[in-house]
Amino acid sequence: MIPALLLLVFSLGAPHKAQADENPRVIEITAKRFGFTPNQITLKKGETVKLRLTSEDVTHGFFLRPLKIDEEIVPGKTTELTLRPETAGTFTTICDHFCGVNHGNMKMTIVVE
Amino acid sequence: MQRSDRRSFLKMAGTSLGIGVLYTAVPAAAASGEIGEMFDFTGKKNGERVTPFTFVQLSDAHVGFNGPPDPLGTKAFERAVEMINQLPQQPDLVLFTGDLTHDSEEKDVHAQRMKQFLEISRRMKVPKIMYVPGEHDAGLDGGTLYREFLGESNYSFDHRGVHFIALDNVSRAKPEVGPEQIAWLKKDLARFPKSAPIVVFTHRPLFDLRPEWEWFTSDGDEVMDVLSPYENVTVLYGHIHRDHEQEQGHVHHYAARSLIFAFPDPENAPEKKPIPFDKDHPFKNLGIRMVHEKVGARPLLNSVAVEDVELTVREFSGINGVQQILKNPSL
Repeated sequence: MIPALLLLVFSLGAPHKAQADENPRVIEITAKRFGFTPNQITLKKGETVKLRLTSEDVTHGFFLRPLKIDEEIVPGKTTELTLRPETAGTFTTICDHFCGVNHGNMKMTIVVE
Repeated sequence: MQRSDRRSFLKMAGTSLGIGVLYTAVPAAAASGEIGEMFDFTGKKNGERVTPFTFVQLSDAHVGFNGPPDPLGTKAFERAVEMINQLPQQPDLVLFTGDLTHDSEEKDVHAQRMKQFLEISRRMKVPKIMYVPGEHDAGLDGGTLYREFLGESNYSFDHRGVHFIALDNVSRAKPEVGPEQIAWLKKDLARFPKSAPIVVFTHRPLFDLRPEWEWFTSDGDEVMDVLSPYENVTVLYGHIHRDHEQEQGHVHHYAARSLIFAFPDPENAPEKKPIPFDKDHPFKNLGIRMVHEKVGARPLLNSVAVEDVELTVREFSGINGVQQILKNPSL
């Protein structure tokens, strides 16, 4: 497994340099046609978390415009994202890499409290 | 000639009828006596005089789709073809803005769907039919099958003084045009004056219409940076299975309805789910715009009787390239 380290920290609206906690909470997210597992995660405002994204089948996307996230999840690789959301809200993340007939419904929810 | 005159040399009108979109481009200033001067101007600049013509936009037939909510398969598409063939004034060309077919992971099945699509499409008695792919045509194989049947997925051509540009924002699997195509677009447009009438046709919206519904093109801003210096640009697209109009500076964007099922207004719908099928009105929301235009006269509605089709009349006429500006409430 080849880790694709994408150490990015975002606040809502604009990315900024990582001032991540040394040991942020790690959340594993698996993509598989046509959904993400888990399909909802809850983050705390101001909390630094690391998302570790993998695919069980084909290449998927992980796209969330308000957080400026636009990543590929390639089978056999791990894509890592570090986030520190600064605004509360409920956000829908979609797969934006066409992956088959039900691609249009492949999404998950990120709740920031 | 004043700047405003150069920008208002075409007139466009449309009427919502049921399936597809029909555009007519005619000289807006025909009655003003200025048209000869404007045509001389555009003729010199573009190499061809703009002359009145009609074209049709169709979108999102999804041939091969057989799931809910639409049990009718290709019937709406076939009805659209019949309607176009019955028009009193035959259009010069048809632009098909993607999702011609529904995808299949079995290449043979997808190829059969493409053949079926083309068999229906080629029933249209129209001299020229031009296509761009949707993600359901080209997303899984990078457009290989599409190109086998229909050739390149981005290109341009001139028709009666209007420059048409086919942009592919699906074949890279993600909703993007890509740097190579943007470089090509810059080069393609370089020979035109800023007043040239330009029609871009593509599948996805080139702006953030609803990103969480995948109604966007990620590098659409870069495309718009190339297009925005031009004063007469119309972008026609599909993908969203519903009407939508948006203005961005000089650029006007119009979405066509689909030929399979409709999506709801995202402003009022909690999630992206097709509008349920209505067996009493099987083609409801699979709309059309149609125009009958005479140079120098106000737009007239063609009477097209279409059994079972919800008839909603909506006429537009206006100026600025092939753009819709003025509604005509009397129709």
